[in-house]
Amino acid sequence: MNPLEILKTAMENSFRSKLRTLLTILAIFVGAFTLTITNGLGTGISNYIDSQIAAVGSSNSFTVGRTDTGGNPASGPKKYDASTKVLAAGGRPGSTQLALGQADLDAIGAIPGITGVTPVTRLSPDFIQWNDHDKYQLSVSPLAGAQPQLAAGAALDDSAAQPQLILPSSYVAPLGFADNNQAVGQDATIGITDATGTMHPITARITGIEQSALLGGGGAFINKSLSTALADAQGTGAPAASRSVWANVTASFAPSSAAQVNDMKGKLAAAGYTAQTLDDRIGTVKTVINGIIGVLDAFAVIALVAAGFGIVNTLLMSVQERTREIGLMKAMGMGSRSVFALFSTEAAFIGFLGSAIGSAAAIGLGTAVSGALARGPLSDLEGLHILAFAPGSVAGVILLVMAIAFIAGTLPAWRAARQNPIDALRYE
Amino acid sequence: MSVPILAAQDLTKTYGRGPDRFDALKGVSLEIGRGDSVAIVGKSGSGKSTLMHLLALLDTPGGGQVHVDGTDAKTLSGRRLNALRNTMFGFVFQQFFLNPGSSVLENVVLPLKIAGVGSRERRARGMAVLEQLELGDKARNKAGNLSGGQKQRVVIARALINSPQVLFADEPTGNLDTATGRIVEDILFDLNANHGITLITVTHDHDLAARFNRRLYIRDGLLINTDEEHAA
Repeated sequence: MNPLEILKTAMENSFRSKLRTLLTILAIFVGAFTLTITNGLGTGISNYIDSQIAAVGSSNSFTVGRTDTGGNPASGPKKYDASTKVLAAGGRPGSTQLALGQADLDAIGAIPGITGVTPVTRLSPDFIQWNDHDKYQLSVSPLAGAQPQLAAGAALDDSAAQPQLILPSSYVAPLGFADNNQAVGQDATIGITDATGTMHPITARITGIEQSALLGGGGAFINKSLSTALADAQGTGAPAASRSVWANVTASFAPSSAAQVNDMKGKLAAAGYTAQTLDDRIGTVKTVINGIIGVLDAFAVIALVAAGFGIVNTLLMSVQERTREIGLMKAMGMGSRSVFALFSTEAAFIGFLGSAIGSAAAIGLGTAVSGALARGPLSDLEGLHILAFAPGSVAGVILLVMAIAFIAGTLPAWRAARQNPIDALRYE
Repeated sequence: MSVPILAAQDLTKTYGRGPDRFDALKGVSLEIGRGDSVAIVGKSGSGKSTLMHLLALLDTPGGGQVHVDGTDAKTLSGRRLNALRNTMFGFVFQQFFLNPGSSVLENVVLPLKIAGVGSRERRARGMAVLEQLELGDKARNKAGNLSGGQKQRVVIARALINSPQVLFADEPTGNLDTATGRIVEDILFDLNANHGITLITVTHDHDLAARFNRRLYIRDGLLINTDEEHAA
């Protein structure tokens, strides 16, 4: 018997006892449905987190700071070193942070693989205003390379001479715009105070409006031109020494493998710097979510294993019922291998039906529920589709279920295959 | 003299062990020539069905040898054994062993399907053999809806589809009324006489046995020379 005939015959056979096949398919359906839903949940949430992370900063950069050595309070006061500068830092009052100077920038830039080093300048603009409407406080994201999720407009152009910014959607109405689209393309005025207390107004073009974000923190995104303008304005009148000292720098690198990133991190650590990628900083959130999804997946697999026993049962009954037929086929020269293939194919086919129907139902229902949630209870988290179905993972679910069904089918198939033709024919 | 198509030497077969041990065959030797018609006659439990199953290579003997066309069956590999069963032997069973849910044509072409013959050729050959047995108009019917005589003719059609050299029949008329049984008998003897198919039939029906060239009487697992019981 050729493989195509075996497949055809197995499919016909599985429909011979319709009720029994239907019940088995239902059992598999439940497992496949659950697995597809949990998978979709994982994909949906990961997609959302990935997009949110992209909004915070570039994935191809480190945030580098000096490694604070000997921070142990019991070790007593540290020896003064003229080359070390400290800055007041956040955290407990009075704490300091080792500062980075031009020499550090050069040292970091010399690490192989690092393509650019930019100091992180903390910009503190005072307000933003549009067309004589009310002024509102504004904070700006200090990290370069961020890709915010836009509700309207276009991304920033770092090579443009024109100062540009992207505003969070929460600013649109207060600033006096009718909607997002009206805001895009308008010029707003940003006020920033310099070291001597003088206010500098800077005009910038609004290129886009950001969706409300989970991790972004509600600040505006600015392009290089605006960043430079603001830094110059802020630094006016400040002592030169304070302008060449930074808490952090951003070191960018070409897209690299995880091993290369770790290698660069190791070299930076050896040079006395602590480097973190965005994944390092937000990775824990992902780990927790992956853990939860993993537990849900495990429950779905338990359901599938239970369904697998259903397949064993169904097929064992089939083999029992068809003992004579198997005997006859063997008497007519059908090989044991073909008999085995016939029954295990039938199992895999039942598994395919159950998983395909289960996945299709999960995708249909999941898309509807996810859409309803996104419009209703979860509408505050823009861009979140709690269930997303990637073709690859759905195909993976179907293949996994078919594999479980096939394994479940091997026992009955083996029992069918090893039958002696005459024992099978004599069976009453 | 030509090589006999089937030969058996000192065949034994035992079922069970210990106190349940039952010797179905206790040493049977025979030769069956090409084109012969042989009836294996005996009472229930005499070992006649066991003998036929061993000759048809459906079962393995406890001892002794079966030669098919001069080849020792024990030396045949699984693949060759399957090919032999598929193309050289045809089987007709008392209980029919038809798949009642499938059509008559599908039942008849099952051996071709096993042999891997394409569906178009299967259909053509299936229809040809059904026409030969005057069942052409029943090809699309469900096998379960046929009468006993029609079912047995379908079984014969299935046995003939691969043009076998040997046709084994186990009580072919056992489930049929006298008139229908007669028709089925005529078909079998016609195949033997006009198509040269070797016919080996197991029966306890002495009237049927009388129509064969040779009768092998079997009792308690041994061949006996005469039909003592019948004579007595």
